[in-house]
Amino acid sequence: MEQVIVNGLYLGAQYALIALGLTLIFALMNVLNFAHGQMYVLGGFVTYTVYGQWHLPFVVALIASSVTLAILGALIEKFLFRPVIRRSKREESTMLLAAAIAFLFDAIILLVFGEKGHGVPKILNGVLNTGAIIVPYDRILVFGLAVVFIAGFMAFMQFSKTGRAMRALAQDRQAAQLMGVNVDRYSMIGFALGALLAGLVGGLLVSITGVSSGIGGAISTKAFMMVMIGGAGVVAGAIAGGFILGMLEAVGLTVLHSYGDITYLVIFATLMVFLAIRPNGLMGKPWG
Amino acid sequence: MRLGLQLIGFFAFAVLMLVIVPVVINALGRNEYYYTLTLISLLAVASAGVWITFYIGRINIGQAAYALIGGYTSAILVTAYGWPFWWTIPVAGFVSAAISMLIGFPILRLRGVYFAMVTLVSTEVARLTALALPITNGAKGMVNLPLPGPIALGPLALVPDFATMANPRPAFYLLAVSIMLLAFAGVWRLVHSRLGRLFVALQQNEELAASTGINIAGLRVVAYAISSFLGGIAGAVFSAVSQSVYPSSFTTQDSINFMLNCFLGGLGYVFGPIVGTFVLRFGWDLLFQTAQWQLLIYSGVLILLMLVLPNGILSLLGIRPTKPGTR
Repeated sequence: MEQVIVNGLYLGAQYALIALGLTLIFALMNVLNFAHGQMYVLGGFVTYTVYGQWHLPFVVALIASSVTLAILGALIEKFLFRPVIRRSKREESTMLLAAAIAFLFDAIILLVFGEKGHGVPKILNGVLNTGAIIVPYDRILVFGLAVVFIAGFMAFMQFSKTGRAMRALAQDRQAAQLMGVNVDRYSMIGFALGALLAGLVGGLLVSITGVSSGIGGAISTKAFMMVMIGGAGVVAGAIAGGFILGMLEAVGLTVLHSYGDITYLVIFATLMVFLAIRPNGLMGKPWG
Repeated sequence: MRLGLQLIGFFAFAVLMLVIVPVVINALGRNEYYYTLTLISLLAVASAGVWITFYIGRINIGQAAYALIGGYTSAILVTAYGWPFWWTIPVAGFVSAAISMLIGFPILRLRGVYFAMVTLVSTEVARLTALALPITNGAKGMVNLPLPGPIALGPLALVPDFATMANPRPAFYLLAVSIMLLAFAGVWRLVHSRLGRLFVALQQNEELAASTGINIAGLRVVAYAISSFLGGIAGAVFSAVSQSVYPSSFTTQDSINFMLNCFLGGLGYVFGPIVGTFVLRFGWDLLFQTAQWQLLIYSGVLILLMLVLPNGILSLLGIRPTKPGTR
């Protein structure tokens, strides 16, 4: 059982980091970023290239993933989302634009890196074995880094001027604009930051699970679920949702193992019932 | 006058699809076009369902679930219970509609992206259920479904037995196109009925609609049920055309494609889903020749279309969007 909890915490930390980026973009722009999973995969491939192919230090690779995705996110916001949001009368259009961007990323990733899965050398060797639990050291390191990044992100949102501006924007776009917040500028920064988080966690996880081109869509779906559980657009909700989904997965895979491959069916079905009872998730505001 | 023009246009389209296209295909000898067009017609029917949910102001990424339910319903009734295929088409539609009413009643309270995300999850639930249930035969799917039998009215055979045909593809094509024409005529009629005006009221302002005494909860479920009915029918016919149905026959990807079809055709036009489905699907098939660049060009063109034509392809023609009371 201890092993299950440890697995759940480990999964939860990385999930929370994925969900944070998605919920940030949603909170700022009311855009459901379908391409989030693809951004994660792209981040993974950047780290794979820098760390696995060029043999530079892992830290450099992580920075490269983050910077690449942040720049990409800023460009996407400025040249794709902003014009479409301005001209379109229906909110559906941004969601479909995100879906098309997801296709585009899938195509680019497939062209550049091919269909095969790729792995990189381990960042740490060895296994922690206390008798009750067995955890490889590299997973502990990834867990620690994920927690540090989450804490860093929350501190940034809480205490920096940029973070304050973005929180104001999420609360009330119009009021923030009237108080002199540069809405366009902070939307762009927010989108870049969300993409950066996706790239960062993608890079982080290459060292453990490797990366392959087709997994973006599944990651997006999972990220949507975490955000739904916690409440869309709420930072604490995304973290809670991430850890809850991680736990559910770890427990489900152990407990339901004997009934066949139904863990996800049970989780998805439970989520639908949960949302029917509590449409805003754990901490969401009504209707975002 | 407007009504007259629309009717003429619709009949011209029907004649084109039912008479001229088969003649052209036979003249060219390109039998594979029948299959492509059959598929497009069925996808357009499912997209019409998604269009109706757009029409009440909801984003539906769950249509693949109902197409899957329809496909499996038809396949199970035909193989396990020996039903004639023709009966399973409406039954599949009603089963999908019934399930959608059960699910829809609680989840239709959600709006915007919340509803969208739950429907997205429902697509996954349908796929995983099909994988887990014994009757759906898991990942192996249901294969070797029999071809549709004859429809006879006394001694008069209205539709011959598909199994006796040398090539059933033209027959499937005519079946799919007929269903598409019927579905869109139905949707057009619906939009221009009293119910259609109520749907517009839901799209514009639910609270205001409720305050004038409209039963918004009931109407939302009705719209969602009609939408899922179309999905179920499309799925049932699809299972007969491909003679098989798998958990992966309709996936999240298809759900997203149905939305894109509606959006690119034009959300303001009843016939938008037909145009969107034809353009996107034909475009995709044409791009097959570009091999590995297919997805890149396709997605690039999609993004460009969204930037240039945010109101859909039909807005190019300068037709006013379909609004109630224009006839």
